[in-house]
Amino acid sequence: MTAALPGIPEEELVASGHRACAGCGCILAMRYVLKALGKNVIISMATGCMEVVTTPYPETSWRVPWIHSAFENAAATASGIAAGLKAIGKSGVKSVAIAGDGGTADIGLQALSGTVERGDNVLFICYDNEAYQNTGIQRSGATPFGAWTTTTPIGKVKRGEDRPKKDIPAIIAAHGAPYVATASVAYPLDFIKKLKKAAAIEGPTYVHVYAPCTPGWRIENNKTIEVARLAVLTGAWVLYEIEGGQLKVTFKPPKRRPVAKYLKLQGRFRHLTDEEISKIQRMVDEQCKRFGIE
Amino acid sequence: MKQVLTGNEAVAIGAKLARVNVIAAYPITPQTAVVEKLAEFVADGELDAEFMKVESEHSALSACIGASAVGARAFTATSSQGLMLMSEMLFIAAGLRLPIVVANANRALSAPLNIWCDQQDSFAVRDSGCVQIYCEDNQEILDSIIQAYRVAEELLLPVMVCYDGFILSHTAEPVEVPEQVEVDKFLPPYKHPHPLDPDKPVTMGPMGVPEYYEEFRCMLQQAMCFAKQKLVEVDREFGKRFGRRYGLLERYRSNDADVLLLTAGSLSSSAKELIDRYRKRGERVGLVKVRAYRPFPAEELVETLGHAKAVAVLEKDISLGWAGALFTDVSAAFTNVRRAPLMMDFICGLGGRDVSPLQIREALRAAARAAETGEVRRPVRWLGLREKVVGLGM
Repeated sequence: MTAALPGIPEEELVASGHRACAGCGCILAMRYVLKALGKNVIISMATGCMEVVTTPYPETSWRVPWIHSAFENAAATASGIAAGLKAIGKSGVKSVAIAGDGGTADIGLQALSGTVERGDNVLFICYDNEAYQNTGIQRSGATPFGAWTTTTPIGKVKRGEDRPKKDIPAIIAAHGAPYVATASVAYPLDFIKKLKKAAAIEGPTYVHVYAPCTPGWRIENNKTIEVARLAVLTGAWVLYEIEGGQLKVTFKPPKRRPVAKYLKLQGRFRHLTDEEISKIQRMVDEQCKRFGIE
Repeated sequence: MKQVLTGNEAVAIGAKLARVNVIAAYPITPQTAVVEKLAEFVADGELDAEFMKVESEHSALSACIGASAVGARAFTATSSQGLMLMSEMLFIAAGLRLPIVVANANRALSAPLNIWCDQQDSFAVRDSGCVQIYCEDNQEILDSIIQAYRVAEELLLPVMVCYDGFILSHTAEPVEVPEQVEVDKFLPPYKHPHPLDPDKPVTMGPMGVPEYYEEFRCMLQQAMCFAKQKLVEVDREFGKRFGRRYGLLERYRSNDADVLLLTAGSLSSSAKELIDRYRKRGERVGLVKVRAYRPFPAEELVETLGHAKAVAVLEKDISLGWAGALFTDVSAAFTNVRRAPLMMDFICGLGGRDVSPLQIREALRAAARAAETGEVRRPVRWLGLREKVVGLGM
């Protein structure tokens, strides 16, 4: 049973019948995106989970105009859409690019940088499930320290991802984008509010949403929201926005939980020793300190 | 009005006359002046278009795809490494059936780095589903850009106009610049039948599962094959209005020739001069120039070359490990044809090396010898090689 949230339309612009996995956090993010933005959008989507599961020809989940052309160019295509709309005098339609963390942080970073640097009127949304989940759980630049993936296996000499997560929102903020925000599928009202804000701004805006992957993170299908919420409550994922260069944390966890609570729910962290967990705790503490979270 | 224009200026003026809505391009030698000129047109208000200063050729064509998909007329220009970088998107633009026009100043590919002319870049993307036209002079460049949009938009296919780097891009020639009002009559505004539009949502570029993918590719192939007829129709109509026609092929003193040269691009001009000299001496030689390379005018070539005893293909590209692409294609065109001329391939002018009349003569003589003896010992040869350096006896 579903109950409508106040101010959130009941209409689903991402139709059911798609092929997303049970408990997929990303498809949930897509639903919220269109609930926030409505019909007057054109979506340019990078190759990835959401592209694959929503458009197996001759079916489509998209009740808004949508285009996929390649992996690394969601931003450039969206820039072209914005320029095309302007050139033919069509106003009131927002050009929106959507990519996963690989299509944002790795292969798509150059095109995204170009879009933001040029000041193009594009809202870019990154759904971050922290690896190349579509191709079968390979690490990306957004994979967190310590995580198991198929390309960061746990062996005798290597123990999962050995580098911290690439800080894409900070990189985009450094371009001078008028609006940059982080969000989580566990906090839909916060997410929707940020999307609306980002879409209303004429210029390049960026929203990075944290979205668990049940098979990739090795979590139960019914734990998606619990895991996403714990990421925020432990300070592993911080909800904030940077508007006109001013940073504001939009949700401060009242009493920060130990990160172990978040890690222990996920099979991808199962191998971690107490020592390794302590190291991650220190990294999280440092991150929270930077954001003024106790 | 006649103006003295470089090939690059002819491209830019062609795009302006076509009233392009969105230009997304990245500078690369020898195409750079195209981008500069278009930026000037937009800065001066002479052209009402969005000029996108993209950060790469990949993004240039990606942006054109986005613009074209919402119903804007999109244009890009590139060369060499730039074309290689955008080649992923070239295949996709064709698959998405978006009528983008790409001007390509033909230039060699690295390594070693070389900024000068050959045609390896565009020949390398012959399988993309993008129509390819090769120009001989600057007038043809300007006219081809305008024709390209008609063909592209009527068939929903991208079209590439290729012109030799430096040889044409940087050489000024008198060019008849048509009146805007005449171009407007020839080229109606672009209207995509199913654009990305919130009032009528479509999904463009879905996942093509095995049950459907082949049909998509087959429809693209049908459109590409049909483009041959379309190129002829559009060229004929262009000829009626502007007095200039180019055809799929140019036949130069070829009707009764025993020995024929087959060329593409600016090399044809030098070769024609040599043909004239031989003709004066009473030798039955001629030239056939391929203007449309994709779709490939196979039947037309069989008809045009079929009576000759020997054909020498002169080309500025090579499919490494085999032969030049034009030679391969024209040879394939004669498969299942009962009477075929002997074929020879001459790889020449790579990386901007001058193709001298002496070299063209060498090719003609070798073909004449083949015609006499009825045999070809070495079908693939290189012209103008410094053999001492290479030491392979190529």
